[in-house]
Amino acid sequence: MNAQKAASTLLDISHIDMVFDTPKGPFTALKGVDLKISKGEFVSLIGHSGCGKSTVLNIVAGLYQATTGGVVLNGKEVREPGPERAVVFQNHSLLPWLTAYQNVELAVKQVFGRSKSKSETKEWIEHNLELVHMEHAMHKRPEEISGGMKQRVGIARALSMQPEILLMDEPFGALDALTRAHMQDSLMEIQQELNNTVIMITHDVDEAVLLSDRIVMMTNGPEATIGEILDINLERPRDRLALAEDLEYTRLRSEVLKFLYEKQRKVENISKHKKKKEASGSKKSFQAA
Amino acid sequence: MQARTELSAQGCLGERTNMTTETALANNNINKPIISESLKTTITKTFKTLLIPFAGILVFLMIWAGAASKIDTSLGKFPGPSAVWEQMGSLYEEHSAERVKEQAFYERQEKRIEARLAKDPDYVPKIRAYTGKETFPDQIFTSLITVLSGFVLAAVIAIPLGIAIGLNKTLNAAVNPVIQIFKPVSPLAWLPLVTMVVSAVYISPDPLVAKSFLNSMITVTLCCLWPMVINTSVGVSSIEKDLVNVSRVLRLPALKHVQKIVLPASIPMIFTGMRLSLGVAWMVLIAAEMLAQNPGLGKFVWDEFQNGSSNSLARIMVAVIVIGFIGFLLDRTMLQLQRFVSWDKAGTAS
Repeated sequence: MNAQKAASTLLDISHIDMVFDTPKGPFTALKGVDLKISKGEFVSLIGHSGCGKSTVLNIVAGLYQATTGGVVLNGKEVREPGPERAVVFQNHSLLPWLTAYQNVELAVKQVFGRSKSKSETKEWIEHNLELVHMEHAMHKRPEEISGGMKQRVGIARALSMQPEILLMDEPFGALDALTRAHMQDSLMEIQQELNNTVIMITHDVDEAVLLSDRIVMMTNGPEATIGEILDINLERPRDRLALAEDLEYTRLRSEVLKFLYEKQRKVENISKHKKKKEASGSKKSFQAA
Repeated sequence: MQARTELSAQGCLGERTNMTTETALANNNINKPIISESLKTTITKTFKTLLIPFAGILVFLMIWAGAASKIDTSLGKFPGPSAVWEQMGSLYEEHSAERVKEQAFYERQEKRIEARLAKDPDYVPKIRAYTGKETFPDQIFTSLITVLSGFVLAAVIAIPLGIAIGLNKTLNAAVNPVIQIFKPVSPLAWLPLVTMVVSAVYISPDPLVAKSFLNSMITVTLCCLWPMVINTSVGVSSIEKDLVNVSRVLRLPALKHVQKIVLPASIPMIFTGMRLSLGVAWMVLIAAEMLAQNPGLGKFVWDEFQNGSSNSLARIMVAVIVIGFIGFLLDRTMLQLQRFVSWDKAGTAS
């Protein structure tokens, strides 16, 4: 894996700073984020909420523009969003008025246009939906299928664009634990077949270790940056049950946990949060009580 | 009346069967409760959907009849349900009689032309249209056509404008004050201005439509415009950000973005605006027709009022009921249309 990494850098995130203008003045969300990702690599971004993980992903996607620094994909600078950097959004963001098939179709028709014939287009859409095991509910609308299924369609839509890099923003964050495990297995299976380059944002330490080749751990904001990078050299295909008793897996897992809960504890923020809540005597805390 | 009591008695029976289901089961009578269960649901359903509203109407009619008999006006007693029913029949008869006259007129004209042509083959016939009195159904038809054309014209202007405003914050900031100021103005205040402008601008030796029609239609348009623009623009500007991002990632061109993302996403809001404005437009149109003496139901009401015969009040009451029915039907039609077009079934529950 390391040899492959050295071989070719697909994506180069270099010296990114991100400053947002807020009513209280400029807010530096990211400072000096530097990361190189090679072809076929699966990288997870992990960190506490508000550390700017999503901002990094949005800059790579082209949805945000970095204040300084930039992103280079395949030797070309990223200036705007595009299908070669397909995004899987946290809340599936399927168009509710289209069926699963039509949602993927919109992407396929837009990306491949006339380069695919009618039958090729149909085949390609169905192929991608089969890949995520959604062939049985192809013609259902988002409201008729479960959260996990919606996310599957979202992944199928992203894959159907044949992206050079797949960006996933907490793709399984809104799912229950069992569904999430299921989706992770599905994703590994797809990854085995397609060997995509992926950046995935996650809160889940197990998910990060299970899926990634590298885990990028981010420090807390403001001025968040990359704290540590952990290489995960576990054999593939990985099996969650076997890994549960694997010593290396346990070690890697505790490394991430140590980073998150010892080195980057969010003590200060939590106490601030509490003070705010108490001061405002908010309804939320009342409801919680 | 008798049928109703029978049915409601059945309704009670249905409910009682439900209560005795357990006893029936205890008697080992397994088939009976299943049958009575399904029978019970159908009966309660009919009871709720048909009988209760029917009873409501009946009570209303009774109160109306009771109150009407106690009100004396200079044109006689206030019409009760039976007087109104009678006038409904006579209005229809007048309509039929008018149609017979019209047909006779055209037949006479045709014969005259034929006779003339037989004498003088070079004669170029002049065909004259029948200019009889407009009957009640004619007025209904005129009002309907007016409200619908005004409404469609408003939609054609308002929906693209609303989309543009919703998409462009600068445009929104520029147009918003104008909309906010014109929105609360009753379209009737526009009526004199519209009348003057139409008669100044719309000059044609052979007009396609009457000026009065144009006046009423533009008034309706002015009335429909604001709610439609506002609802459309709010619908467009409140599209989920993720959906917009999907479009950006796909690099959908502007027109396709509107067609594939913006328009479908804001259809529920657009329809809310359309239903709202059609309801108001129908009310305003009647008032405008009364005020400007433009043909339509409003003119019918005003003419009857001026006429002041002993039947006038009953005939006005017929118009009131018909106006209500048409308003209701217009709203239902829009709702059905929305159900057919919109993906958001939750928004079309009522």
